[in-house]
Amino acid sequence: MPEELRGIGVSPGLAAGPVARMSPPPALPPARTVTDPEREAAVAVRALATAEARLRDRAAATTGAARDILDAQSMIAADPMLRDGVTARIKDGTDAPHALRDSFDEHRTTLEGLGGYLAERAADLDDIAHRAIAAALGLPMPGVPEPGHPFVLVADDLAPADTATLDPANVLALVTERGGPTSHTAILARSLGLPAVVGCAGALDVTDGTAVTVDGTTGMVHTGVSEDEVTLVRERAAEERARITGGSGPGRTSDGHPVDLMLNIGSAADLVGVDLSDVAGVGLFRTEFLFLDRHDAPGLDEQVAAYAEVFGFFEQGTIVVRTLDAGADKPLPFLGLSGEPNPALGVRGLRVSRDRPEILDTQLKAIALAASQTTADVWVMAPMVATRPEAEVFAARVRDHGLPTAGVMVEVPSAALHAGRLLEVVDFLSIGTNDLSQYTLAADRQTGALADLLDPWQPAMLELVGVCAAAGKAAAKPVGVCGEAAADPLLAPVLAGLGITKLSMSPRGLPAVRAALAGHTLADCERLAGRALQTGDAAGARAAVLAETS
Amino acid sequence: MSERTVIIASRTGLHARPAALFVKAAADQGVPVKISVGDKKPVPAASMLAVLSLGAEHGTEVTLQAEGPGADEALDSLAALLARDLDAEESTDA
Repeated sequence: MPEELRGIGVSPGLAAGPVARMSPPPALPPARTVTDPEREAAVAVRALATAEARLRDRAAATTGAARDILDAQSMIAADPMLRDGVTARIKDGTDAPHALRDSFDEHRTTLEGLGGYLAERAADLDDIAHRAIAAALGLPMPGVPEPGHPFVLVADDLAPADTATLDPANVLALVTERGGPTSHTAILARSLGLPAVVGCAGALDVTDGTAVTVDGTTGMVHTGVSEDEVTLVRERAAEERARITGGSGPGRTSDGHPVDLMLNIGSAADLVGVDLSDVAGVGLFRTEFLFLDRHDAPGLDEQVAAYAEVFGFFEQGTIVVRTLDAGADKPLPFLGLSGEPNPALGVRGLRVSRDRPEILDTQLKAIALAASQTTADVWVMAPMVATRPEAEVFAARVRDHGLPTAGVMVEVPSAALHAGRLLEVVDFLSIGTNDLSQYTLAADRQTGALADLLDPWQPAMLELVGVCAAAGKAAAKPVGVCGEAAADPLLAPVLAGLGITKLSMSPRGLPAVRAALAGHTLADCERLAGRALQTGDAAGARAAVLAETS
Repeated sequence: MSERTVIIASRTGLHARPAALFVKAAADQGVPVKISVGDKKPVPAASMLAVLSLGAEHGTEVTLQAEGPGADEALDSLAALLARDLDAEESTDA
């Protein structure tokens, strides 16, 4: 039966094909009294063996890092200590599903307590536990389905663990019931270049094998479509891709107003194989990768080498280095920060340098040394700046190290409201829309249920972006956007219309944004920005702009 | 009771792939082998969860223990495994 479902388009593109749904993690039924512990234990042991076998099969079907993770997971499912714990609990009267849950939880707590890499692996235990519990309850295995042909993946929401083995060659598009524009699904889809629709009510009711079409721009999903429609949509998708990838040159509107297109990267590895000819540089070089998974801060030489490696990719252009963005929200062992009740509002980003100034000083020294070896322009910016004095002190420290261009991220509403005052003491601003949404709408980025509030299309967010852009215009200083929002091709003209001068995103998102800008004059962009600001809500803003552009 | 002391050579420590290779090898020995770090309680080397929770990094010294017939051969082969950089080696299991 043809039906129309509506969600939020978060990764542009068209796709068509049969649906395969991801089974949700099993719900634990109420505890039962165990009458035959031996039989119950056999159920649990068999469930663990099933989980192990399925994980081993999946490991065999993959390669590289994903294979290693799945291999390790299958061995955890086969762990004798885990099995002994489960059977001991069953002997004490616990039923198989609860004995599995409790045993996994116990080991999860242990791993979490060890911190660092192992704490991250603790989340993997949930995936194994869900599999074993599903097997014990006779439910379908949770996880990404493998129907054996290309499919549209439909899920409640996707977690990083679900996507470790997701094969982009077989997945045509992603559709989720929950989630918003900043959800993991959206980020993943954009990084893989897959069309995606999130927050799509009713998607999980579409049965496996049903042919659907997905429009990742408009958020429309049509179900029960004919063979002809599938073919038609695939042809249009191919044309659309050709149109987008056919564009070239620097970012500009159709009447030549320049908007610098830049890249978000985490290390030199992200630049390998990327066509840099039409790119204005790097708008966000995250430096956290050097600091993760280690007990001591990286030394000066190691940092110089890593930064120089990135700078070496560019003979010209601008590279914006963001100083270490870690803290209570992204704990690093060597920072020695204690747990905080509210890490998002705690000691993070630039605030870490209040107690540990030497980490920032070493980093600035390393950036300056690496910058002296390149012909590209190296700019430096600080994350999580809330006030003008913070910006002023940071800029002074950057310049003390001989680096001429200092800026700050705008992630906190106070920084956006005082963009003009910040620009009195720094050379540029870069808006981090993910955090700015979180703090403006008071919605935790980790809370999937609040994804609609985290939408960069929220008019209040667009207004703050507009305040920053206007301040930039008045001061004749650049104001960029480097959050996920910069990769949204529908939003790009709106941002340009608000006065944003730089858009920085993952390499994958760039062609579509370039094509979107080239499709409008600056006056068009300004009109679209006005329309978006006038509407009262995010969905309305998106719909208004979509109506004017298509 | 036989013992071997060995320093973890794998760059990522005894996590992920090196841990998987070690646990597999330990489970294949004819005798139960225990592994410990410092003066902490020895844990079964055939348990992935136990081995992971040692938190052994590159350069950590670990002690292997086993007893009974075949213990020395088992310990020699496992100690030799840990003394190699397992991260640098290609996956050989098909």
